[in-house]
Amino acid sequence: MKRKAELLNYPRQLYYFQQRLGISVGFIVLLFLLLLARFCYLQIWQYEHYQTLAEKNRISVLPILPNRGLIFDRNGEILAANYPAYTLEIIPSKTIDLENTINKLASIINIEIKDRKYFNKLVKENGGLESLPIRARLSSAEVARFSANHYLFPEVDLRARLFRQYPRGDAASHAIGYIGRINDKDLKKLEINEELANYRGSQHIGKIGIEQSYEKELHGITGLEKIETNSIGRSIRTISRTPPISGNNLTLTLDIKLQEVAEKAFGNRRGALVALDPNNGEVLAFVSRPGFDPNLFVNGIDLDSWNLLNNSTDRPLNNRALSGLYPPGSTFKPFMALAGLELKQRTPEHTIRDLGYFSLPGSTHRFRDWKVGGHGDVNIHKSLVISCDTYYYGLANDLGIDSIHDFISQFGLGKKTGIDIEGEAAGLLPSKEWKMKQYKKKWYVGDTISVGVGQGYNLTTPLQLAFATTILASQGKAFRPRFLKKIQDSSTGKIYKSVAQPLYTLNFEPNNFKWIKDALIDVTQPGGTAAIAGANAAYTFAGKTGTSQVVGMKQGEKYNESKVKEHHRDHALFISYAPAEKPSIVLSVLVENGGHGGSSAAPIARQIMDYFLLGKLPVEEATRIVDEEEGTHD
Amino acid sequence: MISFLISIWRYLTRHVDNFLLGSIFLLMLTGLVTLYSATDGNLERLTGQAINMLTALSFMWLVANVPLRDILRLAVPIYVVGLILLIGVALFGEINNGARRWLNIGITHIQPSELMKIGVPLMLAWYFDRRAATLGTLDYVIATVLLLVPALLIMRQPDLGTALLIISSGFYILFLGGLSWRIMTGLLVSIAGSLPILWSMMHDYQRQRIATLFDPTQDPLGSGYHIIQSTIAIGSGGLIGKGWQQGTQTHLDFLPEKSTDFIFAVFSEEFGLIGNITLLFLYALVIGRSIVIAADASTQFTRLISGSITLTFCTYIFVNIGMVTGILPVVGVPLPLISYGGTSMVTILLGFGILMSIRTHATLVKA
Repeated sequence: MKRKAELLNYPRQLYYFQQRLGISVGFIVLLFLLLLARFCYLQIWQYEHYQTLAEKNRISVLPILPNRGLIFDRNGEILAANYPAYTLEIIPSKTIDLENTINKLASIINIEIKDRKYFNKLVKENGGLESLPIRARLSSAEVARFSANHYLFPEVDLRARLFRQYPRGDAASHAIGYIGRINDKDLKKLEINEELANYRGSQHIGKIGIEQSYEKELHGITGLEKIETNSIGRSIRTISRTPPISGNNLTLTLDIKLQEVAEKAFGNRRGALVALDPNNGEVLAFVSRPGFDPNLFVNGIDLDSWNLLNNSTDRPLNNRALSGLYPPGSTFKPFMALAGLELKQRTPEHTIRDLGYFSLPGSTHRFRDWKVGGHGDVNIHKSLVISCDTYYYGLANDLGIDSIHDFISQFGLGKKTGIDIEGEAAGLLPSKEWKMKQYKKKWYVGDTISVGVGQGYNLTTPLQLAFATTILASQGKAFRPRFLKKIQDSSTGKIYKSVAQPLYTLNFEPNNFKWIKDALIDVTQPGGTAAIAGANAAYTFAGKTGTSQVVGMKQGEKYNESKVKEHHRDHALFISYAPAEKPSIVLSVLVENGGHGGSSAAPIARQIMDYFLLGKLPVEEATRIVDEEEGTHD
Repeated sequence: MISFLISIWRYLTRHVDNFLLGSIFLLMLTGLVTLYSATDGNLERLTGQAINMLTALSFMWLVANVPLRDILRLAVPIYVVGLILLIGVALFGEINNGARRWLNIGITHIQPSELMKIGVPLMLAWYFDRRAATLGTLDYVIATVLLLVPALLIMRQPDLGTALLIISSGFYILFLGGLSWRIMTGLLVSIAGSLPILWSMMHDYQRQRIATLFDPTQDPLGSGYHIIQSTIAIGSGGLIGKGWQQGTQTHLDFLPEKSTDFIFAVFSEEFGLIGNITLLFLYALVIGRSIVIAADASTQFTRLISGSITLTFCTYIFVNIGMVTGILPVVGVPLPLISYGGTSMVTILLGFGILMSIRTHATLVKA
């Protein structure tokens, strides 16, 4: 055993030990160098990286919400306001037992099932990282009660938040619109527009109307607060703060008093009204009835209210003025008449003999006038005053569909006006090309005839009719309709006025405009279809009544209003402007299933004119002031 | 009078190695300074740690004054008592944080595994010293058994960190005692072979620790959190550190266990690379002096025990810093002389007491 002998040798043993100790020392040096290399890697090479991570750990960037811009009417009346109220908020990700916390909270503050449901929905949407409201708009008693017990709820915060409020309720609700909770669709849109960063922390966004179309102006710029937080997210101190910039205040062209007069004039009838200033395109009133209370939508509408609004046969959520499509009926006739004169198919003196119907040559089909037996001798003036159908059947036939289309589209019918809120319908002004494209069918001469009286394929919105009427009233000048009057920059206080946008001018023979105007003035005079509505007006009141058919009538069938179900009755229309010599207001009025323009739409227009021009408030609702009589029939 | 006091002082400190003590003091001071920051100026913890240090220093002084032959005589009783206590822990131990490590002996709670940190190397050194004349392969087998029985008991508690330290301290005895390279190679192979068995013996949390070592980001909020936060602390310390009490990771509570196992991250965040190098230098002073003592030791027993103590001390340092910097898995090993805690402080200073005893009694004999 050589090895044994070696070990017995004490100096040998010492030699072994010293050899092993030497190896160990080498190993220790190696390990120290390894640690040193690791230090250099972490603290020199990767320093920036870890520095960034440490800062990210330490610093939280919290959004500070800007105050949403206010909305005023043209006279400075507030239409959309913000009011402060307290909310109870919880950051779900930092709350250990959410369910228990809410249950405990419910023992001192009234929390309804609805609140919980809504909270849970928000948690699902947000992933629980942001502060979310469990109860909004606390009463002062509740605020006091919570404050006294706040120590029991370290995870719950009492915050003062601004809430949007529409103090006028349903007035002009379709124009002003409302804000609502940001949903996935809104988020996607914000992402596309690269505005997501500015909406960090925002919970609301404009959904319809002005609130939507001027979202960018109203929202403002979100501020940032850099705070130092510890590992459980508690804020230690503020590092820096970039204050938010409030949204800009908007002043609209709407006159809310006029708006309310108009809405009241409708009573409980369905319909729409658009009042424009023909000199600049400003929207003075924009009515769609019935309306709705936009306040319901701000913090998420409850199911009952939603069902009520959404399932109502009156469809209060439809914006009839903007997107409701109706045949213009006889309100189409002034434009037809102007086409006849401008395109030299008719002269003012030209007279036809109206036997109560029109037939195409070689056809037995009778296009009937509304008046059995006809109106006798009718020239262009009379054709408008008494709204003769036969005159326009013939005129339409003589003009042909394509020149009708080309001429009347100059008045904006059949296309969007480009008003500054979204959701506008284009309407329809038929042409040969259109029919071929739409139905792959040839245009028949017979199709043209009913177009002449605003029926057939014709579809317009009340807004379009009003816009077309402004061109008529201003003798050819077209201004884009707009709601915006001015914007006040919240940071500088500077006011930016929205200027009239002249679109184009129709350079027609001035006399031709005059012929039409004279006739439209006489419509509201004794003998005209709106004689009753126009009686004793203290200004020259130009207008044209219209009735648009809801259900088609068979040949020879007589329309009997009392026999037709309410929702199948004709729509009543009325376009007008005043004072006729120097118009300052144009109206288009539509009363759904209102029957005749002269009896149900024109009186509404009269009340508005009276208020707008004379400051006269209506004494009674503009219902049917008189019973039907043949003369007022359109 | 003064000369009388001086002579008393000289008498009392005659077994104290001044160089070693000085280096230890510097490390302890560093430890207190770091602890002050880590506990946000908590004077109670600081006082506690100072008391721990004084207690440990007393033990060191005591042991330094014990002649080596008495230490040699104590080796077997310490080992046997330790083993009995370990079996006691396995049978009647108190469960704390899912581990059975503590034994209630009436007056106080003790952790027998700490005792074995000294007991095992003493026992092995004693055995080799005794068998020096007739050392054979069988002796290595017996030594391995003497080492593995307590180590396995501790591993079952489970306390992987302590078990590894005990295994390594025993291994150092074998290594320095002249364990042949052939056997070591064989051991290495068998260890590699037994790794799967070891793996199956491990508790889930230990496996998790090893799994997250290789990729701490796979569990960033769970067991990977410690490593991620400590590497961020160290890395963001940069060259010169963020300054004392200025570490954001430390003071905003991102660092876990910042006064105990992860105190190095606190130090490193606040004092940077320069601090780290200084700390390694201080450790190098202690290690260097210990190696000198071991190299000069006169008997096989003193050589083996002093070498093992030195190398175990190095193991502490490397395992702890390696863990905190993310190159080793998270095993509960404190940073010697710096981490808060009394037990490990006492164990470590007992070791240095033995070293001093070896140094001073040998020189006294020589002188």
